Amino acid sequence: MILEAARTLVARDLRLALRQKSDVGTALLFFVIVASLFPLGIGAEPDRLRSIAPGVIWVSALLSTLLSLRRLFEGDYADGTLEQILLGAAPLPVAVAAKTAAHWLVAGLPLVLIAPLIALQYDVAASLYGVLALSLLLGTPVLSIIGAIGAALTLGLRGGGVLLALLVLPLYVPVLVMGAGAVETAAAGLDPAGQLLLLAALLIVAAVFAPWAIATALRISSE
Amino acid sequence: MRWFWYASPQTFFPLAGTIGRVAAVLATALALAGLYVGFFVAPTDAQQGEAYRIIFIHVPAAWMSMFLYVVMAFWAAIGLAMNTRLSAMMARALAPTGALFTFIALWTGSLWGRPTWGTWWVWDARLTSELILLFLYLGFMALQAAIDERRRADRAGAVLAIVGVVNIPIIYYSVQWWNTLHQGASVSFARAPSMAAAMFTGMLLMALAFWMYSIAVAMGRVRCLIVEEGQ
Repeated sequence: MILEAARTLVARDLRLALRQKSDVGTALLFFVIVASLFPLGIGAEPDRLRSIAPGVIWVSALLSTLLSLRRLFEGDYADGTLEQILLGAAPLPVAVAAKTAAHWLVAGLPLVLIAPLIALQYDVAASLYGVLALSLLLGTPVLSIIGAIGAALTLGLRGGGVLLALLVLPLYVPVLVMGAGAVETAAAGLDPAGQLLLLAALLIVAAVFAPWAIATALRISSE
Repeated sequence: MRWFWYASPQTFFPLAGTIGRVAAVLATALALAGLYVGFFVAPTDAQQGEAYRIIFIHVPAAWMSMFLYVVMAFWAAIGLAMNTRLSAMMARALAPTGALFTFIALWTGSLWGRPTWGTWWVWDARLTSELILLFLYLGFMALQAAIDERRRADRAGAVLAIVGVVNIPIIYYSVQWWNTLHQGASVSFARAPSMAAAMFTGMLLMALAFWMYSIAVAMGRVRCLIVEEGQ
């Protein structure tokens, strides 16, 4: 029954996202545009681009995730669906975990898929694409999960978007450090397994504990 | 012991006044003693000259900045779990003081870094994590300020404080690891091998003074909050 509810929620959120393709596209386009701005601001020497690429891609992924977080609960809150979820039989942590997973599928996974294209623009060695994609694959779900706590806390507040950034970005620091660090370590010819394992550990810890925090935050916000 | 007797804002209000007054007196006395030891008793540092004397402000402020976040998260968690108004007020009252000490630690560190390292700022692990701690404090205060309804503001802040306190060690270690990867500015943080006893005494006195100051200010703020909520 619980899995059924989770599957229904994921399917519903994915269907909604597919019906409003522009929302999904905007965050992805934002990612590409931010990453494209850095060479214009810093200069396009290949050596410098290669050295800043992991950081630029990761920071862009952070900002892009942040941009799409508002959608996570705002629509459901406005049209009353959220209240039905709160009243529903499925445990709230499961429901929010499903919604967060759907958010990652819509907002995080496309970033993972398009990142090698940005890496190509930054003249990153082709052998690093795998590490880059893997680090994003492990890291972007953490961004969605931690971001969901912030989105739940700022639900329905005026100026919520800027506030959300203020709350969530400091908490993103470990993911940024480990994610960009994995790629840089691989670029230096070392084994990035350590950072990737730490990212995986962050993912597991966040996935296990955060749903309760998100559920509590949602209950507080929708009282 | 009736632990919960003072959990009610009405009964705590006069006690907060007494504690606040005592703490304020203690803070003044300890600060005077600490500054005296710091400026007149402690010897001049062999390597850093007189500039090192800022540590009597800097180190206690840095200690308090971290300690106060934990205390704040503790009261916030109690307030969330037991639904006691006073605990939430304590968390709200501690946040500005914690942010202030974080800012002082960063500011004095910068003032010390200029003559000693020749730069106002380096991306050292401690500096960076202190900066992120300041962001966490500001986020907590901004969230509470953005919510008009007090109860919701306190409970939302509590969730954020708990998430923050779980994250602080992770942030600290990730920043430290990041710093070892990027060994750009090679600044040695190693303190003088053996700190003179007078230096340590001065630092300890100042730390106690800051602690008492935090209590005094928090009590004053809690009294204001109690009056504000009309209890």
